[in-house]
Amino acid sequence: MLRFMLIRILQAIPVIFVVITATFFLVRSAPGGPFDQEKVVIPEVKKALEAQYKLDLPLHEQYFAYLGDLAQGDLGPSFKYPGRSVNEILFSGLPVTAELGFYALLIALCIGVTAGVFASLRPNTAQDYIPMSLAMIGICMPSFLLGPLLVLVFGIYLDWLPITGWGDIPGDKILPSITLGSAYAAYIARLSRAGMLEILSQDYIRTARAKGLPEWQVVTRHALRGGLIPVIAFLGPAFAGLLAGSFVVETIFQIPGLGRFYVQAAFNRDYTMILGTTVFLSTLIVFFNLVSDITAAWLNPRLRAQFKGGS
Amino acid sequence: MTTDVSIVLTDAEQGSSLWHDAWIRLSKNKMAVGGGAILLTFIVVALLTPWIAPYSYEAQNLDLGASPPSAAHWLGTDIFGRDVLTQIMYGGRVSLAVGFIATGVALIIGVTWGAVAGYVGGRVDAIMMRLVDILYALPFMIFIVLLMVVFGRNVLLLFLAIGAVEWLTMARIMRSQVQSLRQQEFVEAAVSLGLSPITIIRRHVVPNALGPIIVYTTLTIPSVMLLEAFLSFLGLGIQPPQTSWGLLISYGAETMEEYPWLLIFPGLALTITLFSLNFLGDGLRDALDVRGSKD
Amino acid sequence: MLNTFSKYRLPSLLLASIILLITACGRGESNVVQGNRDGVLHYGNGAEPQGLDPHVVTGVPENHIIRALFEGLAVKNPQTLEPEPGVAQRWEFSDGGRVITFFLNPDAKWSNGEQVTASDYVWSWNRALHPGTGNEYSYMLFPVVNAEAYLKGEITDFSEVGVKAIDDTTLEVTLNAPTPYFVQLMDHYSTFAVHPETLMQFGEMTDRYTPWTRVGNIVSNGAFTLTEWSLNRRIVVEKSEHYWDRDKVSLNSVIFYPTENVVSEERMFRVEQLHYTQVVPLDKIPAYRSMPDTPYVQAPYLGTYYYLINTKRPPVNDARVRKALSMAVDRETLVRTVLQETAVPAYSITPPDTLGYFPPKLFDYDPEQARKLLAEAGYPNGDGWPGLEILYNTQEAHRKIAVAIQQMWKKELNIDVTLSNQEWKVYLDSVTQIDFQIARRGWIGDYVDANNFLDLFITDGGNNNTYYSDPIYDDLILYRAPKAETREARYKLFAEAETRLMEEMPIIPIYTYTSKHLIHPSVEGLYSNLMDSLNLKYVQLVPGRQLPGSTQ
Repeated sequence: MLRFMLIRILQAIPVIFVVITATFFLVRSAPGGPFDQEKVVIPEVKKALEAQYKLDLPLHEQYFAYLGDLAQGDLGPSFKYPGRSVNEILFSGLPVTAELGFYALLIALCIGVTAGVFASLRPNTAQDYIPMSLAMIGICMPSFLLGPLLVLVFGIYLDWLPITGWGDIPGDKILPSITLGSAYAAYIARLSRAGMLEILSQDYIRTARAKGLPEWQVVTRHALRGGLIPVIAFLGPAFAGLLAGSFVVETIFQIPGLGRFYVQAAFNRDYTMILGTTVFLSTLIVFFNLVSDITAAWLNPRLRAQFKGGS
Repeated sequence: MTTDVSIVLTDAEQGSSLWHDAWIRLSKNKMAVGGGAILLTFIVVALLTPWIAPYSYEAQNLDLGASPPSAAHWLGTDIFGRDVLTQIMYGGRVSLAVGFIATGVALIIGVTWGAVAGYVGGRVDAIMMRLVDILYALPFMIFIVLLMVVFGRNVLLLFLAIGAVEWLTMARIMRSQVQSLRQQEFVEAAVSLGLSPITIIRRHVVPNALGPIIVYTTLTIPSVMLLEAFLSFLGLGIQPPQTSWGLLISYGAETMEEYPWLLIFPGLALTITLFSLNFLGDGLRDALDVRGSKD
Repeated sequence: MLNTFSKYRLPSLLLASIILLITACGRGESNVVQGNRDGVLHYGNGAEPQGLDPHVVTGVPENHIIRALFEGLAVKNPQTLEPEPGVAQRWEFSDGGRVITFFLNPDAKWSNGEQVTASDYVWSWNRALHPGTGNEYSYMLFPVVNAEAYLKGEITDFSEVGVKAIDDTTLEVTLNAPTPYFVQLMDHYSTFAVHPETLMQFGEMTDRYTPWTRVGNIVSNGAFTLTEWSLNRRIVVEKSEHYWDRDKVSLNSVIFYPTENVVSEERMFRVEQLHYTQVVPLDKIPAYRSMPDTPYVQAPYLGTYYYLINTKRPPVNDARVRKALSMAVDRETLVRTVLQETAVPAYSITPPDTLGYFPPKLFDYDPEQARKLLAEAGYPNGDGWPGLEILYNTQEAHRKIAVAIQQMWKKELNIDVTLSNQEWKVYLDSVTQIDFQIARRGWIGDYVDANNFLDLFITDGGNNNTYYSDPIYDDLILYRAPKAETREARYKLFAEAETRLMEEMPIIPIYTYTSKHLIHPSVEGLYSNLMDSLNLKYVQLVPGRQLPGSTQ
């Protein structure tokens, strides 16, 4: 197991390196630069700006300079927000987005797994159809639709909850967390139902049942483990994807998170910010995919044996 | 052990009749048949739209503007005074095509990739899955912008761009399923019988891993339709006055308080499609479930 | 056991969350009520500012905050837009208007209590014009002698530039030519003074990205000082102790919110979280308009929305085709329907009544004439039309207009037009490379003068983007108009230039902008004007007034 983790962590280094390199050159080849404006910038001024950010150097020199700074943990200055470093912006937005993502996934997991398992126990009955129909409506509700709808109902008509902000007024974290979580809840519900159905028809579950174990023990001890494997596989990238996914929720609810910077950096051609957020995102992806693979292994007794045999 | 081998043999012998049986089982499932019928209707309507649409999809009546459903316009009109029903019918052509084709692309790449990685394992698996990690991490927006710059506007590109992102999670799910199946007795039995890996993957692994894949596919179709709206919005996909359900929904969301019909009807079209897909998908899953049928 | 688990778990979870909801509810006092009591204005500012350095940033949200923190030599009166005293108590013209002497108010203080001196201005203008700074608005100071040469590195000695500190309170500025709008420019942030010692404490004069504008570091000279700057959350400014006109300032504090999402902004206003919104979503406007005592305020705005035409690409390289296209746009209907009366149809590049200048109206909506012109150009009833593409940047408002115009051209001229949208930076790239047939464009005036619009189309102008080139036009704008003796004579020359421009029609003017805000009835002293320029110094809050239709 330890060896497996070590290998995966070592594999992460080339992954992140490839991502940085590819992003660096991809971003530079996109048309339009960080200083292009609607009102044309005087050529001399543009030159001065590029000199201030060392964009006048040959591309490969810029690349190695960036890698050098990166090795020291310096992601450079933001082009869009002069006076702020990418590090500073990342650290100001990260706790907010992380908290938002955590609540959202918590909601998604609680509702999703409960509904999915519940539905799988009595397939093709009302106990199955009702939660699954709700899940499907959830999938059809992108957050740009659900967010404003929730605000309208709970924030304006009922006047129960604050409609914007994060940590300013008590209760202002509820609506954004639900908005972000519900799409994931719907996916998780569908996937866990499917996974459970798959497992519940397997031989070893039938064996367990034949042994006369009570149904709830069969479900919690035996079926859940295997049944949640597709959910776990989905969760790895989903967690990392929250960063990009939270963009819409962050703009609707005016939340000072990282998602806004991640998406807008691309539109602004804020080179350092794009790279900074991408470096960060790729680390997250590698990490959560690893966690998700380990969890899947742990849930699957056969795979666990494989790890033991391997080490 | 002997029983396991016999299962392998029967499965292998059955071959085509497996699909035949599945079809019979599927046609007995009322929900699945209903779902399939609705989908078929939608597809037929989409194909016939240019001949049966009540109005022209581009002709405007600016002074009429957004009007609620009426006898002349069953589902109302949009801010340009265009018939919403017509818009939904034309939008369905784009959305259904994108939904099915792009998802199909993602499905083929994702399932193959995941199955190979999961089955072969070892170094091949590591390289293949790290490649997936890399693709996840690349900034999507920049990728889209570059695609447009290099290739220009092209609907084919839309399928490519969507397929390129959607297959990743599909591959991860497939791989995790295959990995767990790989260790099961009936697969090991097939290996010991000397069947070729391709046959094993095709005959024994893929059909057994299909449940979650079918479900994920049915989930992918609506998200692909919404992604199309986002890409069209960025300029990669279709251009006005052409439209799609995703675009209609995102425009409708902005005026949900003033002109709710502009949101409700396209939303309903998408929701009904998804429901039908899911019932069909569940039916398909049940029908293909080899083990379930042996109960 | 399983049944109890499944039967009660979900309902009890739901119940728990509902209880949580209700106890957490009741938002209590709204921002507006609280703000009215404490003298705090809650201001929807549209976006997070790039920064607060007057010589570095460009943009509207930045402008609002910077003009609360800093003050220029002269300030626009928010009602008349005429300049009135700011840091300078008065100013005198000499040498036929070529020399302006500003007499600074000895009471004008930095927020650390030091006096604002004429040499602070010389230092700051050096910074604003220095080739190393990269100030995108440096051209605001180009009327000053040698300013342009200094920016372009043709001269390196700043003392050759026409700005001198005679003593602490006297600043002498020498211009290339009499420039009627120059005093107006003193209210633009790129001409503001910054506190030299503070900047030098954090880096070099020309540095763009030092932390001198952060809370605790920044020293400014305006009616307010910066007390909080939370990224993407809010910016708080408080009334300054040292401001020379502090007795007139009524507000204790202003909170700026980065309200990027216009729908959310309107909703914040509805639940009284904001006193003022930056914009109003188009579709909400009819409902607000119909309210008695509506909080909706709309005013003409110094900007024109138009389509650029690439005059070298067929079929629009033919002036007759360009005119036909322009005449086939039914601007009145467009404004009435798609734009909900939030704009004014435009038939010229300069907005009407730009400081008393009214552009001539040289054509009208005339589909008959348009068809005739198109036939003359070789496309009778659209026959043989090679196709045309309208380029616009990805935004809902541009899409709506393009969709409507596409259909108007189809209907009136029977020609096929396709639309193409591009992401902002790609679009900018296409426009500067003139890689389009027709492209959407907007121009917002930097100062109130027709010159700011008409000099866009001089040959090879950076914002021309159409290949339009007319030596007589260039002569009118660059040489004859600046030398005009009287306002009337100058405006006559402008009208002549504008006539030449519309004769060739390298652009299709579509509409003149308006500014649109929601303003809470408790706010007094926020005047509408052509520049949408507000001076927070004059704003007052009157408690006790409510939004129409409010239940509170």
